[in-house]
Amino acid sequence: MDIHEYQAKEILKSFGVAVPDGALAYSPEQAAYRARELGGNKWIVKAQVHAGGRGKAGGVKLCASDHEIIDVTGDLFGRKLVTHQTGPEGKGIYRVYVEAACAFDREIYLGFVLDRTSQRVMIVASSEGGMEIEEISANRPDSIVRSTVEPAVGLRDFQAREIAFQLGIPPELTQQMVRTLQGCYRAFRELDATMVEINPLVITADKRIVALDAKMTFDSNALFRHPQIAELRDKSQEDPRESRAADRGLAYIGLSGNIGCIVNGAGLAMATMDTIKLAGGEPANFLDIGGGATPERVAKAFRLVTSDKNVQAILVNIFAGINRCDWVAEGVVQALKAEPVDVPVIVRLAGTNVEEGQKILAKSGLPIIRANSLMEAATRAVTAWKNDLAQNTKLRAMK
Amino acid sequence: MSIFINRESRVIVQGITGRMAQFHTKEMLDYGTNVVGGVVPGKGGEQVFGVPVFNTVKEAVEATGADASLVFVPPPFAADSIMEAADGGIRYCVCITDGIPAQDMIQVKRYMLRYPKERRMVLTGPNCAGTISPGKALLGIMPGHIYLPGNVGIVGRSGTLGYEAAQQLKDLGIGVSTSVGIGGDPINGSSFRDILEAFESDPETHVVCLIGEIGGPQEAEAAAYIQNHMTKPVIAYIAGLTAPKGRTMGHAGAIISAFGESASEKVEILSGAGVTVAENPSVIGETIARVMKKKAA
Repeated sequence: MDIHEYQAKEILKSFGVAVPDGALAYSPEQAAYRARELGGNKWIVKAQVHAGGRGKAGGVKLCASDHEIIDVTGDLFGRKLVTHQTGPEGKGIYRVYVEAACAFDREIYLGFVLDRTSQRVMIVASSEGGMEIEEISANRPDSIVRSTVEPAVGLRDFQAREIAFQLGIPPELTQQMVRTLQGCYRAFRELDATMVEINPLVITADKRIVALDAKMTFDSNALFRHPQIAELRDKSQEDPRESRAADRGLAYIGLSGNIGCIVNGAGLAMATMDTIKLAGGEPANFLDIGGGATPERVAKAFRLVTSDKNVQAILVNIFAGINRCDWVAEGVVQALKAEPVDVPVIVRLAGTNVEEGQKILAKSGLPIIRANSLMEAATRAVTAWKNDLAQNTKLRAMK
Repeated sequence: MSIFINRESRVIVQGITGRMAQFHTKEMLDYGTNVVGGVVPGKGGEQVFGVPVFNTVKEAVEATGADASLVFVPPPFAADSIMEAADGGIRYCVCITDGIPAQDMIQVKRYMLRYPKERRMVLTGPNCAGTISPGKALLGIMPGHIYLPGNVGIVGRSGTLGYEAAQQLKDLGIGVSTSVGIGGDPINGSSFRDILEAFESDPETHVVCLIGEIGGPQEAEAAAYIQNHMTKPVIAYIAGLTAPKGRTMGHAGAIISAFGESASEKVEILSGAGVTVAENPSVIGETIARVMKKKAA
């Protein structure tokens, strides 16, 4: 789960990491008022969206007066910010963060990640802050310093000092750097983060180490023990269909194609999407309905998939292991009878009691297209979608 | 002797009194698995399908001689249960639980290193379908009837894709030596490489089928091992060619966050290591059959 920059800064501050003074605003007037409260004569106004690359996308602006703040934020509020991480639809700006501008001499990159190779927490740092880490590793790989944390004893001060010296931090600031690294690690560890990124971490003109930006991502599997983090979830930054699905315990990801997928199991769901593509179509979504495909669950899945207006055919692919195909078939039939859909539905069942399942689908009288293998199902879905599309175009032409 | 489990394995189920655990305990007993006990703190003395329940793993091991365990404990307590199994003398543990915090798994992995290698428990999972050696024993939640006994080793992250492969093999009359699910989590007990090593030294396994997906370095690590150390042919399928970057596709570990983690990059790496890659999931079975025929010729 992602949180906003201002929330990450608040958290890191409570763990001893220095951040600039700042305040949150929900309107241009409030932003100007906050700037006056902060004092000074230059402020940074930052759009709060769950994505990196805000600066380049025009979501971060330097302002030198009330008027300028009102103008700039007036333009930001309510707009969608499109960065290289948001996709073309962008993310809505509903909050801005106002910070006192601060002069700095050097920018450092600092990241904490779950490293899947060592299966430990890894610190990644570079003396070339300000650029995205992808750019740094492409252009200045030699500047990157890595260190893994032994989970039994945590981050040791000597490791933090090593990083500070490798980055060329002035010796009189080593202690501040150690405190910053320890603060980030403790926040990561104690709050079950999966990523902490400070880019840039700066050395200010008055020789302080300050986090100018901050990004934190949390392990959704650990939110049960951090209710205060769970509360920071901001649904305005999520795809509404994905939010709805998540609230119903379904794993759904919207894509841009037009063949909707309903599948049990994450691996099989990905494989189904791939097979649709191989058959010449484009998947509209990823959807794993999990084990126990009850009629209610199947019905929920149909509602979710058809709420995407781009969907022009639906492919149901169920491998009944512990489930039984006859139960799943009943589920599909009940769901379709309760809420008919106006696009072709292709069902592929495999596993336990597959013959009984096929019989139930055949007897239902519903126009369900059946398939035996996944490839066959995908091919039929693509053909049905194309036929349907051609027919609709013809109908429209006749009118 | 199959890898990890066989007819003689003495199995305990941690969290045996839960609804799902009971259902699958019954399935395992029906399959012929030697389930000798269960562990639920505070429910020692009870019975589930005639299987005695103990308060601790140590008690269960002492009373039954158990050497394998299946963990069915809810996510907040699962890591603790795995560590209890490691400390209690269990040799092979499968954790089914989905949703264990990643940092708990980091602790588990670190904890297991306390034991010298010869006494160290092997863990597969979490968030997996389990392990089956057809005709011998089932330690997991897979439907036993789709597996014929035979000589193909299967290792994969996804449960249902593993079923897909087994069913296709069965339809072709080909059997499986052992199928191992390593699970969909980013921090897992055993990697592809660990299981490949076990298959390489297993006389009952003649060819191996690896079912991977987007995210993480373990397929690439497996490719390096296959190229340098494996004599048995490997067939692979990688799911997620159409998965967008930076999105978690159901499995906590199925997310492309670095170079080499996309499906097409993994396919390329594996092909480069001499692995036969099945282009789509419907042809996993026939690809294996073709490779086996070629090997026999």
